Amino acid sequence: MDVQHHTPWHEYFGFSLDHKVIGIQYLVTGFFFYLVGGTLAGMIRVELVTPLSDFMARDTYNQVLTLHGTIMIFLWIVPVVNGAFGNYLVPFYVGARDMAFPRLNAVAFWMLPPAGFLLLSSYFIGGAAQSGWTAYPPLSITTPAVGQMIWIMSVLLLGGSSIFGAVNFIATILKLRRPGLGLFQLPMFCWAMLGTSVLVVLATPVLAGALILLSMDIVAGTGFFNPALGGNAVVYQHLFWFYSHPAVYIMVLPAFGLVSEILPIHARKPLFGYRSMIYSILGIVFLGLIVWAHHMFTSGTPPWMRLFFTIATAIIAVPTGIKFFNWLATLWQGKLALNSALLFCCGFIFNFVFGGITGVALAQVPFDVHVHDTYFVVAHFHYIVFGGTVFVIFAAIYHWFPKMSGRLLNEHLGRLHCLLSFLGFNICFFPQHWLGLNGMPRRVAEYDPQFQLINQISSVGALLLAISTLPFLINVVWSAWKGAPAGDNPWRACTTEWLTSSPPPVENWLREAPLVTEPYDYGSVEDAMPVTTVRGRELWSAGR
Amino acid sequence: MTILTQRPTAPLSDPLEEAQPQAPAHSHHPDVRLFGLIIFLVADGMTFAGFFAAYLTYRAVNPLPVNAEYELELLLPAVNTLVLLASSLTFHRGSKALMASRMATCRGWLLLTAALGAAFMAGQMWEYFHLPFGLTDNLFASTFYALTGFHGLHVTLGAMMMLIVWWQAGRKGYFTPENHFGFEAAELYWHFVDGVWVVLFALLYLL
Repeated sequence: MDVQHHTPWHEYFGFSLDHKVIGIQYLVTGFFFYLVGGTLAGMIRVELVTPLSDFMARDTYNQVLTLHGTIMIFLWIVPVVNGAFGNYLVPFYVGARDMAFPRLNAVAFWMLPPAGFLLLSSYFIGGAAQSGWTAYPPLSITTPAVGQMIWIMSVLLLGGSSIFGAVNFIATILKLRRPGLGLFQLPMFCWAMLGTSVLVVLATPVLAGALILLSMDIVAGTGFFNPALGGNAVVYQHLFWFYSHPAVYIMVLPAFGLVSEILPIHARKPLFGYRSMIYSILGIVFLGLIVWAHHMFTSGTPPWMRLFFTIATAIIAVPTGIKFFNWLATLWQGKLALNSALLFCCGFIFNFVFGGITGVALAQVPFDVHVHDTYFVVAHFHYIVFGGTVFVIFAAIYHWFPKMSGRLLNEHLGRLHCLLSFLGFNICFFPQHWLGLNGMPRRVAEYDPQFQLINQISSVGALLLAISTLPFLINVVWSAWKGAPAGDNPWRACTTEWLTSSPPPVENWLREAPLVTEPYDYGSVEDAMPVTTVRGRELWSAGR
Repeated sequence: MTILTQRPTAPLSDPLEEAQPQAPAHSHHPDVRLFGLIIFLVADGMTFAGFFAAYLTYRAVNPLPVNAEYELELLLPAVNTLVLLASSLTFHRGSKALMASRMATCRGWLLLTAALGAAFMAGQMWEYFHLPFGLTDNLFASTFYALTGFHGLHVTLGAMMMLIVWWQAGRKGYFTPENHFGFEAAELYWHFVDGVWVVLFALLYLL
């Protein structure tokens, strides 16, 4: 394999302007913080093996759960699905040599490591924040100020990084498309990134504003959110969830896009319902901005507000459901290659549907009032972001590692990783629904002894999850060093990142950017489909 | 191996592609910096929108203590509003001068705009020192200082940008009628800060 260009290793540690280098920087940094956040999650599960707080002190437990949530959301999932895969793939898909603002792109990445280490350092400077990733006042005002202030500064940095990234994505997708490439010819991931970036631009600044006011409450003695000084703590909740509900879509829409890229290739079929996928994304973006108060049904929300937000939240299941049926229809009668990438995608579909169903349940006020702030919410949330997005991140790593490194990952280790992840994840989080329904509150180090057995089962699942990381790490290190050469296009894919060498040259293609107007043109005669799928193929060609 | 062999289904000889051969360097892509700035200003505007929403909610649901009803002095802020609106006009005149390549005039307008911005900030400071309430007195006071302070920060940044642009405009050939992104960016930002003030003035002083 004649690789035209090797990026020198030190460039990955420097202020590189290459979108591919920045994407990998995001990916590796994010994965480092995933290991940190995972270790913290392990500490939580160890603590919960027994009903008493015997492993950690109670306030240490609060710090650990706060750091776990913040790190996983702001330093692993958001930077990796947006920063890593967005940066790596979007310029390819629009037929550009780089992002619209390469320097801004690098600045956005380099805000990440300082923010991460700032956050971690707070543990050693008088203790980390203790008020959870939501930092609700008055708790965040009354807990030790140093850790909370460092938390705020860190999240502000990460929010800034996210906004810079979003500006870049919108400009790249709308303004840098190769001549001849229309918006409705783009791969679905571009639409997902466009929708996500719109959410980031509209929602993240509101969180920044809320955190500025919160920091004034902490250091300047104002009373915006402090009821003792005449303030209103619920206003913080509104501002916080105006960002943090869209944040769920910021975490999951890019994952939707990645699944839409991976499934057609490994099922050898066009993506089902291209237009309806796009309109679903736009629908989710719009609805995602007007459902935030369903997190606040127990915060004294008036009846009209409960009604509105219940209905809006229920409606959001429609575009999401459309996407799911489209993915199933994409798989239907496809020539499936059951490799790690596809298996992780199937795991995603299973887990996310389950998380989606509990989400609709939680949107119903009577049910939500019953399980609010219990382990049911914890289980639901982890089915969305872990069973959903993290599974897609792994699928995407198995899918694009050959392009990034020029070498294939080992499939045996990959499937072992997938199996362990799926089992570990479901053993860890499925029982937590039961815990929540039976009244075990979240964010507590001590609990009623009747819950001990289920908690221990959950902890066993967490142990399996920790073990599942080992085959992955071995796989990545070994394959990057000695893996089988991937060739330029190991998956016989249509999209433009595969129409160049692996790894690609600095400006993506040595010649002019290829024009791919039908990114999902699979299942045609050249794919030499077996007889069993002829019917499916005819169906598709008749539909075009 | 150089691949670039297209799948047969992706048209190899697209008429558009032949008509517009791509230069193999990204230095040739169109300048989209102004577009990026507009997106950023939308984000910045959302920060203010969050503050305004919080302020309006406080007005609606959090009654102030009896001794905390203030009749704000209107004359100075009204004059200040006019000063800021006038500064948008002078910046625009500077832009017109730039388009006509009259750099000396352009720089004059820029200085005047920066002076108006400074006058606005001075007026704001004077108001701060003569108000009957401090930052932590009550919810209205805190919101008042947070909103005007955050806006004042924007004005200060804008005025500093303007001085940089003024200095750049003095260098021969730095800005041309065709190519003056830095100037356009500062102008757009300044108009944005103005627009935000009009909303802020209406909400804080008039409502």
